[in-house]
Amino acid sequence: MTHAATAPQRGSSISTRALTKTFNGNRVLQPTNLEIEAGQILVLLGPSGCGKTTLLRLIAGLETPDGPDMIRFDGDDVSGVPIEKRNVGMVFQSYALFPNMTVSENVAYGMKIRGMERSKRDAETRRLLALVGLEDYADRRITAVSGGQRQRTALARALAIKPRVLLLDEPLAALDAVLRERLRVEIGLLLREFGITAVYVTHDQAEAMAIGDRIAVMDRGRIAQIDVPRVIYHRPANDFVADFVGTMNRIDGRVSGGVLSLESDDTGAALAVGGPDRETVLCFRPESARLANGSAAVRARVVASTFFGPTQRVVAEVTPGRRLQLDLPSSLAFDPGQIVGFEIEREAIIEFQEA
Amino acid sequence: MDSRRFDLLLILPLAIFTLAFLVLPLARLTLEAGSGPQGIAGFFVIVTEARFRNSLIVTLILSIITTVATLAVATVAAQTLANRRFFGRGLLLSMLTFPLAFPGVVVGFLIILFGGRLGLVGSVTKSLTGTNVVFAYSLFGLFLGYLYFSVPRVLLTILAAAEKLDPSLVEAARSLGASPLAIQRDVVLPALFPAMYTGGALCFATAMGAFGTAFTLATTVDVIPMLIYTEFTLATNASMAAAISIALGFITWAALAIARSRAMRDVSGA
Repeated sequence: MTHAATAPQRGSSISTRALTKTFNGNRVLQPTNLEIEAGQILVLLGPSGCGKTTLLRLIAGLETPDGPDMIRFDGDDVSGVPIEKRNVGMVFQSYALFPNMTVSENVAYGMKIRGMERSKRDAETRRLLALVGLEDYADRRITAVSGGQRQRTALARALAIKPRVLLLDEPLAALDAVLRERLRVEIGLLLREFGITAVYVTHDQAEAMAIGDRIAVMDRGRIAQIDVPRVIYHRPANDFVADFVGTMNRIDGRVSGGVLSLESDDTGAALAVGGPDRETVLCFRPESARLANGSAAVRARVVASTFFGPTQRVVAEVTPGRRLQLDLPSSLAFDPGQIVGFEIEREAIIEFQEA
Repeated sequence: MDSRRFDLLLILPLAIFTLAFLVLPLARLTLEAGSGPQGIAGFFVIVTEARFRNSLIVTLILSIITTVATLAVATVAAQTLANRRFFGRGLLLSMLTFPLAFPGVVVGFLIILFGGRLGLVGSVTKSLTGTNVVFAYSLFGLFLGYLYFSVPRVLLTILAAAEKLDPSLVEAARSLGASPLAIQRDVVLPALFPAMYTGGALCFATAMGAFGTAFTLATTVDVIPMLIYTEFTLATNASMAAAISIALGFITWAALAIARSRAMRDVSGA
């Protein structure tokens, strides 16, 4: 992708106040307060049916919120402004490109609708196509370009109207894995280069981490946690977030005298976490496990291992049935039945209050 | 058996059908037409003789108006029905296929019951204004009859296409600021076009050649199929009937070909 000079567009800030949406008496979006600064990229992440697409469509103006003054752009109430007048750029999973137009006609369409002069329109179309690396495909028919090129055309088309905010609804979901990984880096760079306010919906956590300035993890119509990717990953606010983002190990048991102890023949655990005596669930990420010998905090029996290259994912049982996933250096071989000893740094252990 | 021979075998039924019902009759018809007193010129009487020419013009205009009206009604209705789910939708759609089952003569009778001398419209207007409005035997009656059996089949064709239209296409156009009119022009109609062409072609060809309805209603107007019938049975001028038949077939085919090439050029946006 070439980096033609782009004047930062900024875009508008978005805020929602107790935004709700009810379909046929079924409230699919619980009261939601959201602040997105101008130029920021917020990713809405969650499983299907969590309300992320509804929230995006409300911001777009494709759905009407339950009440007045629930959505503001730069402080102006836009709740009642229809999408045609809201000046938002949209990118869809299905691309939604006009098949009866060429790549450049698609990009120019919004400017044409706005009555922009032909020469200015052509120049702007060329600039945008160069920006997304499609200058050689300008006159191709939509059916004659690849999925990745289609999505970049859709992005250029959305940016062409200089939108206040850019809204992307699972834009990469229809692409194959390799292309998806490449495009998510490209799109992330491009959005930052443009400096436009963007809301990006996905169910793919890797995509969310790569693209978002902040991530809002959604669950059953509400935002479970909203924060920068690093915090979402390392300090998930609750069980749901921990489970949905990355892999999380769980060890449940009783903490007494500040230590959670498990014993079973030659395996077991003794995790010093401090605090009062309680029944609890301790969680940690696979990569937090550090190999240790002798009086290791945790000893587990290897069940299986999968080789990834730089690391390997080892599945081991700390007591029968309590399986853990560990990312360990791939230089050592772990055979099924073998005992592996490891430690977890105190900071890497997460304990949920309600667990 | 090699695959080539197998392919030939597969196409054999169609080949026999084409030969028996298209090539041979057409050849016979052509010979018949050419054997008339005017010889080859017999093919051109449809344009050279005023009576035939007027009839051709009437038939063409009637068919074009029927096609345009059918497409207008069907396209609007298809879009309305495509994305709405309501109680009785399935029943409504199956009832729409009902007129397809009627022969043309029955459609003719229905129009007479509606707009004939003792028809519904006539009785109502007579009791209201004192004049008996009769239109069943006019071109307008024919038009209504054609519309009656054209709308359902064209509607079902376009409906299938409208249901396949990706709703995010319309949403994308809206986000770019397009008005409902612009969305119709730039997004919806181009997407529905192939179905509209198929439906429209069917409608036009049917209207050009419809006989049953015309036979029941066309007592004062001469549409081409009626002309062929009269030439063949009353005037016993078989060669003339054959010549007009071929000319009718050719003109219908040519009109569809022109419409197709023009429309394809429009839709490709070149």
